[in-house]
Amino acid sequence: MTTTPATTTGAERDVDLVQVTIDGIEVSVPKDTLVIRAAEQVGVQIPRFCDHPLLEPVGACRQCLVDVPDAGNGRGFPKPQASCTLPVAPGMVVNTQATSEAADKAQQGVMEFLLVNHPLDCPVCDKGGECPLQNQAMSNGRGESRFTASGGVKRTFPKPINLSPQVLLDRERCIVCQRCTRFAEEIAGDPFIALVERGAQQQIGIAESAPFLSYFSGNTIQICPVGALTSESYRFRSRPFDLVSTPSVAEHDACGSAIRVDHRRGKVMRRLAGNDPEVNEEWITDKDRFAFTYAALEDRLGYPQVRDRVEDGGDGSLRPASWPEAFAVAARGLAAAGASAVLTGGRISTEDAYAYAKLARVSLGTNDIDFRARPHSAEEEQFLAAHVALGTPGAGAVTYADLESAATVVLAGLEPEDEAGAVFLRLRRAARHGTRVLAVAPYLTRGLGKLSAHLVPTAPGAEADALAAMVEHAEHGVDATTVVLVGERLATSPGALTAAADLAARTGARLAWVPRRAGDRGAVEAGCLPGLLPGGRPVSDATARVDAAASWGVASLPEQPGRDADAIVAALVAGEVRGLVVGGVDPADTTDPAATRAALEAASFVVALDLRETEVTRVADVVFPVAAAVEKAGTFINWEGRTRPFEAVLPSPSALPDLRVLAGISEELAAAGHGAALGFRTVDEARAEMSDLGAWDGDRPAMRAAGATGAASGEGLALSTWKQLVDDGVMQAGDKHYAATARPAVARVSPATYAAASLSGEHVTVVGDRGELTLPVEQVPGMVDDVVWVPMASFGTSVLERLASPGSRVRLKGASL
Amino acid sequence: MVDTLTPVLTANWGAERSWTLASYEEHGGYAGLRTALGMAPDDVITAVKDSGLRGRGGAGFPTGMKWGFIPQDNPKPKYLVVNADESEPGTCKDIPLMMASPHTLVEGVIISSYAIRANKAFIYIRGEVLHVIRRVQAAVAEAYAAGHLGTDIHGSGYDLDIVVHAGAGAYICGEETALLEGLEGRRGQPRLRPPFPAVAGLYASPTVINNVESIASVPAIVANGADWFASMGTEKSKGFGIFSLSGHVTRPGQYEAPLGITLRELIDLAGGMRAGHELKFWTPGGSSTPLLTAEHLDLPLDFEGMAAAGTMLGTRALQLFDETTCVVRAVLRWTEFYKHESCGKCTPCREGTWWLVQTLARLEKGEGREEDLDLLLDQCDNILGRSFCALGDGATSPISSSIKFFRDEYLAHLTHGGCPFDPAASTVFATAGAQA
Repeated sequence: MTTTPATTTGAERDVDLVQVTIDGIEVSVPKDTLVIRAAEQVGVQIPRFCDHPLLEPVGACRQCLVDVPDAGNGRGFPKPQASCTLPVAPGMVVNTQATSEAADKAQQGVMEFLLVNHPLDCPVCDKGGECPLQNQAMSNGRGESRFTASGGVKRTFPKPINLSPQVLLDRERCIVCQRCTRFAEEIAGDPFIALVERGAQQQIGIAESAPFLSYFSGNTIQICPVGALTSESYRFRSRPFDLVSTPSVAEHDACGSAIRVDHRRGKVMRRLAGNDPEVNEEWITDKDRFAFTYAALEDRLGYPQVRDRVEDGGDGSLRPASWPEAFAVAARGLAAAGASAVLTGGRISTEDAYAYAKLARVSLGTNDIDFRARPHSAEEEQFLAAHVALGTPGAGAVTYADLESAATVVLAGLEPEDEAGAVFLRLRRAARHGTRVLAVAPYLTRGLGKLSAHLVPTAPGAEADALAAMVEHAEHGVDATTVVLVGERLATSPGALTAAADLAARTGARLAWVPRRAGDRGAVEAGCLPGLLPGGRPVSDATARVDAAASWGVASLPEQPGRDADAIVAALVAGEVRGLVVGGVDPADTTDPAATRAALEAASFVVALDLRETEVTRVADVVFPVAAAVEKAGTFINWEGRTRPFEAVLPSPSALPDLRVLAGISEELAAAGHGAALGFRTVDEARAEMSDLGAWDGDRPAMRAAGATGAASGEGLALSTWKQLVDDGVMQAGDKHYAATARPAVARVSPATYAAASLSGEHVTVVGDRGELTLPVEQVPGMVDDVVWVPMASFGTSVLERLASPGSRVRLKGASL
Repeated sequence: MVDTLTPVLTANWGAERSWTLASYEEHGGYAGLRTALGMAPDDVITAVKDSGLRGRGGAGFPTGMKWGFIPQDNPKPKYLVVNADESEPGTCKDIPLMMASPHTLVEGVIISSYAIRANKAFIYIRGEVLHVIRRVQAAVAEAYAAGHLGTDIHGSGYDLDIVVHAGAGAYICGEETALLEGLEGRRGQPRLRPPFPAVAGLYASPTVINNVESIASVPAIVANGADWFASMGTEKSKGFGIFSLSGHVTRPGQYEAPLGITLRELIDLAGGMRAGHELKFWTPGGSSTPLLTAEHLDLPLDFEGMAAAGTMLGTRALQLFDETTCVVRAVLRWTEFYKHESCGKCTPCREGTWWLVQTLARLEKGEGREEDLDLLLDQCDNILGRSFCALGDGATSPISSSIKFFRDEYLAHLTHGGCPFDPAASTVFATAGAQA
């Protein structure tokens, strides 16, 4: 883990420069630069449609024609050349529309042709106002149409057709630049759209049986240079010039993708991909793009509520309360409850996570805090402390660019297409340029297929052995040029994370942890773990505790090791812990949903912070409405360890950031003599304090030796499961068109397993210790036998609730529907 | 001298069942193959280079030089692809050749593949001509049975397989890179160059793409020698070629003659123009080549002579139109063809042909204005040299050349309020002596 492969940033790479003259200005650009981009270096924008810097050149639209009087060999091209397909050559002379009448006429001619069959319905077109065709027709075209003046008749098509449940195509607006089809094929690997017909009838089409179902389909809408592609969600909703655009960061996964939020009159109308070459380039998942309506649903909490408890003479129901009253009631209740714990989901910002972490230590006097509202393990916590916390791109952590320069990338417990879209796209590009992907997984998913991945067939629970075996197997080629990406699901496989760390240590491979949720990595850094204080300070290290206590101005911090989420649940049920502060946790996501519900019932006092009414808020004693990501400033730390700060997009008159709520509670607690107040009320103040506290520079805890490894024994099949990108997640609610793009829920088994279970029909019932689930069954050749895969949350409820825990034993029985 | 016919490719067309292997061999067929197999492949290339054979598909690129571009140190397989997607309006030489003597092509394919060291060759035949496809398939099967194809051909150690591939009805697939796309099972649209097919063509491997007639000329060159071939034709356009006369001529058909022959000589050979009529305009090599008039009757029909007249030799598809023909009408029909066949990939061709047809149609109906002629020429200027491939260029040729020579006839449509010609007068069934 000490080697640093050559980075791909321009500054550090030796590049051959080529000198060319563009519009009389000499400029040096890297070899193989296309003329259209070399011209940008001298400040000349050549009009273009099909050209896109992240797509392969195609030269289809012919808009970017330039005059080349000298190709570098003393001879010129007799005809105008497409600058988007022409690489520079030493001594080349190029005259663009700025200095060449021939180039200008050629461009005007092409522009006129483009408008021949374009409907010019700009006043009712969603693209109007931000349309490359509209803009460039103004800058590089003629004001009046000779086609119309000469009585021309345009080709028409019925409007619009669905390419998918979300993406619509107005064929008559399309200028068939092929950006969308090239994106689908080259970038996403989902070539479900293609050119059909020819001549002026040429259009984008889909096969009858295969709509454009891609997790990245929305990007085609964004790169469409006309208004041909629109989304059901945004079509006819707004005009670009009425929108206020705010840069932000996507809150749906740990990729840290840059996005742009467009809003109007306090309402988010759409989201677009931002442009961050180091992170997501110009692409985002459809989840990042379309799943934003959750923050504007009818059941958003609008005011604090407190319960009129029966024991206090009330009727036991929640009633609206003022913020000060709610703070006071919450503080009073927690103080009365005694031992209290904190559970947060992985969705919160780092600043909010920091507030939860500090509240637990200084106000509640406990290390009982955990952000892992999902199956987890003690081994995982050690792994996070030893190998994840404090890693940043500047300090040698794996980055997106490293995925491209790696010779091999090993994936374990991670399905990038479902769980980390931007990682998937970067891996796909890496794979197209020669990076080899090894996937420790039970079967070759479609996503892995798009990465040309080699499957290391592994049953759930056997990941540790598979990773350990890679050291010995030279054919896998795991060495210092390798990057190992482990997903959060590996926590459910005993010994696997230890084996991954061991593999990295023994081969020199570099290691990174890719969690699912946007707030997971920040929560590690902020100290939302029973054994970690903010800044990676180990609770077990007295110096680290003193360091944090001194910075916080408190006498001491609790030294008793905390409970993790599962232990907190058990302690609540057992009555050892009685108070609970819970924010953004869905019991259905937790290790044992029934136990979590029992814990909520058993707790004597529950303070809930949430966006919408949930089963947690329904049983809580005090409920605080909190701000959604779009309504507050914050920071996500992505899987690389890169900080991704964002500012508030919209005001939230009826909700506060989690940290402000926690500050209010802590101040009331401090006033009553319980601990210290948080000492900050705003995001800026929290950031300043986090910066003052800084990162731990002392010893890092090492991982203890792993316990038992290997697949769970017993009768039946091992259960493999993860969440598909588009599923029933609470933050994906509210957009039916987006929801309709979800992949259908199916159960997958190998043909041998199918046969062994004496199945016959198209459906199967999977039976686990928590219930059973009937789904269509799909036989996957090459899948590990005696394993069944089902999606975690694509059928109205979670596998954890309805079936069994991941890696545990289930059995199959025939079903008929 | 260039005043006589030189039947080589067409020599055996009149033989009984000329398409059979037996008939072909009876007339000396496959002698060239045996000669070639006794030569080093590079010597075959040299012979074709020395012969001066230039591509017969229209562009006239030296065939031997094209073969020489194949990087023999490239470890990938080499391919020969024969472009038999003959679809140009007026062009009708490859289809009769494959119909009458498919073995001439097959023998040429074997020798050419041997020269470039290809072990697999493809003949891409226009899909509409099913009878020709069947005939070539049968010839290939016969050649396999006779040991001319397959492994260790005639004990030479050389292996070759030929695949006869049927196109699917797109003129664009005559463009060599679109043809390769089609052959690979993709949508037939031209590819970006570079890389050129010689470096990365079919299946990204070094590929030679030649016209049927070019390849069919190779056996005779090998059998009779490069000097024999080079002794015919003109200095820079050597050898013979099939001249396809069609239209208002007494005996339309294929006339094989040395390059450099004139149209006047060819018309004489064909028995003159239709009785009682005179030549008005003609295309030298299909509708994509700018048309000429009666004043060009004595120009040498070779690459240089046609280029000097501002047109191209093309495929030697000589479409002859007499004075009964409305040039506007003829040009509109051709333009409709290009509109129909534009593949849609690039803007100028796709949208330009759409617009050209509308402008021309209005002119033909007498609804346009005189300025529309300038508009047409400007549209052509914006298409020519701006399109992705030569299809767009070809679409402009008939328009700009016809306006150049027959501007008054266009204007007559406007003053006449429609076409001043009787469309029936130009037809085959017109009564003798019909006048426009």
